[in-house]
Amino acid sequence: MAQKKFVVGCFDEEKVLFPAVKQVRTAGYKIKDVYTPFAVHGLDHALGMRETSLHTAGFIYGITGTATAVSAISWIFTKDWPLNIGGKPHFALPAWIPIIFELTVLFAAVGMVMTFCWLCQLAPGVKKHHFHKRATDDLFVMVIECTDKTNTNDLVALLKSNGAVETDVQVAEDGWWFGTYDTEEKPAVQVSM
Amino acid sequence: MHIKYESQLREPLVYGEKNFHQVTEDILRPIEVKPSRLWYVGFFIAVSLLLFGVYSLYREVTYGVGQWNLNKTIGWGWDITNFVWWVGIGHAGTLISAVLLLFRQGWRTGVNRAAEAMTIFAVMCAGQFPIFHMGRVWLAFFIMPYPNSRGPLWVNFNSPLLWDVFAISTYFTVSLLFWYSGLLPDLATVRDRAFTKLRKKLYGIASFGWTGSTKHWQRHESLSLVLAGLSTPLVLSVHTIVSFDFATSVIPGWHTTIFPPYFVAGAIFSGFAMVQSLLLVVRKVFGLTDYITIGHIDLMNKVIVLTGSIVGIAYLTELFMGWYSQNKYEGYTFWYSRAYLFSPYGWSYWGMMACNVLSPQIFWSRKMRRNVFVTFFMSIIVNIGMWFERFVIIVTSLYRDYLPSSWSVYYSPSIWEIGFYMGTFGLFFTCFFLFAKYFPVIAVAEIKYVLKRSGESYKPGFEKLEAQTLDSFVHDNAHAH
Repeated sequence: MAQKKFVVGCFDEEKVLFPAVKQVRTAGYKIKDVYTPFAVHGLDHALGMRETSLHTAGFIYGITGTATAVSAISWIFTKDWPLNIGGKPHFALPAWIPIIFELTVLFAAVGMVMTFCWLCQLAPGVKKHHFHKRATDDLFVMVIECTDKTNTNDLVALLKSNGAVETDVQVAEDGWWFGTYDTEEKPAVQVSM
Repeated sequence: MHIKYESQLREPLVYGEKNFHQVTEDILRPIEVKPSRLWYVGFFIAVSLLLFGVYSLYREVTYGVGQWNLNKTIGWGWDITNFVWWVGIGHAGTLISAVLLLFRQGWRTGVNRAAEAMTIFAVMCAGQFPIFHMGRVWLAFFIMPYPNSRGPLWVNFNSPLLWDVFAISTYFTVSLLFWYSGLLPDLATVRDRAFTKLRKKLYGIASFGWTGSTKHWQRHESLSLVLAGLSTPLVLSVHTIVSFDFATSVIPGWHTTIFPPYFVAGAIFSGFAMVQSLLLVVRKVFGLTDYITIGHIDLMNKVIVLTGSIVGIAYLTELFMGWYSQNKYEGYTFWYSRAYLFSPYGWSYWGMMACNVLSPQIFWSRKMRRNVFVTFFMSIIVNIGMWFERFVIIVTSLYRDYLPSSWSVYYSPSIWEIGFYMGTFGLFFTCFFLFAKYFPVIAVAEIKYVLKRSGESYKPGFEKLEAQTLDSFVHDNAHAH
């Protein structure tokens, strides 16, 4: 966790946002992230992000659930305590399919949600720096991380010329920490323009 | 670039000229102002019912299941009827949020959040019944398979009753995860608009520190899609397994292979009816008629008439098989105990037929589908009908079994049995009132997503054109020749 300097540009329309993303990237700046109030389809590709593998993780969790159910039930019913149920076979696979299916779904769902929270670092009590309050309302907030070579004035001008309705330079904590939202943001220091 | 065809006849999903901020304002207003008097009155009634239910359960736990009027012959009565009824209601939410997501039905966004919440509360209510029916409820954990000091003696994995334990608990967990993961972005919106410290703190904790990062949205979309894919077979499996509780037995009236699809259709039917009852009130009270539109009501009524008719076909198929099998026990159950109006429980069968099969046919008319009062009235009727269906299945099959000496004609619930049922209504509505007060009842982020493309090309003039008969259209337009 470290304090870093960011240039923030806010857009109020998708139509303006996409060309701006292209312009900023072509100019050689690295966009840290764009914070949006809803899922903007195609923005992940425009930012050059790779596809998420979350669904693959889900598949593995599902298979784990299947394996757990099959192995547990068959061990219990054939080895540990073979119950005689009307003289029927101990290894009664067809009768186990409902539970095998349910555990597959349960493992996949719980595993995926936990992985999702882990990857996105979401948990109760987690706090992150928010670059703009309206990012969860109606603004698309583009954040560019500054390096030593970044000329913030040039970058702000570039954002403005590409239709940013608000621009800002902020020094903020990159990452997350434990905290609540009623207290002042811990590290944020606003640099006036 | 995708080329997307948009029907000009299709209604917009959101009425009026809105921008993103307006959507936020409209949907979050109810949770940012003081609740109305009506809310307090409703909440008070709900909590009172809940307390009555708690007292009824206290009696049951203290004195035993004998507090209910079940007897040796009718061993399942109101409790299991109510269980199946609530589970059925709990199917609409996942159907709307998962199945309609996979089918790319954009209209689901207006109603999915409230329907999912309703699902979770309904499953919570449902779960109470089999648990308390066990009698010694403090030993309820015996139904979970875990290494124990009793052998270890395991549960019977071949029993449909145990499948039910797994199905209901999985369904509850997955629905809860699906609902809450969808809520995160909206809770973050509430947090960022919060005007008191306490709200900031609580919604901050509840929203898990959501920022709206593009990467997070990408994963969120993937998560929603896979959870929808998992929930779709899950929702079908749950009521299938509930129907197995009956279908795998050898009781005439229960022992039918048609049960799984018939139960699932009935579940969707009653679930949509409950969604209608709740949302018709919510949209009016919270002023959300632009988001939960007449178009939504129309579409849900179409689902109701479809599933109601499927259920109707199932009833007729059962009657047919009762005769065609030439099995006298089957024939007796279906043609005497149920279909004969003057048999002891004939009234419940015909009540079911009238509520579930006949009355929903009114929704073939577009005018009726779009009438709020008719819809509200019908949604209540459908739920009464579906309660009767479960009562018919359970009680009319049990009260006269193979052994005439153990026949029992009269079963009427005790006040504590009714109190338990009332108590689950209390639980359901207490939860729903709290949900409506503290959570966004419509998925804000999803509405914003559909907003930009919904009905841009809608031409209201076409509505008139559509309603015009061919003759008058020709008359108006063809006079040039």
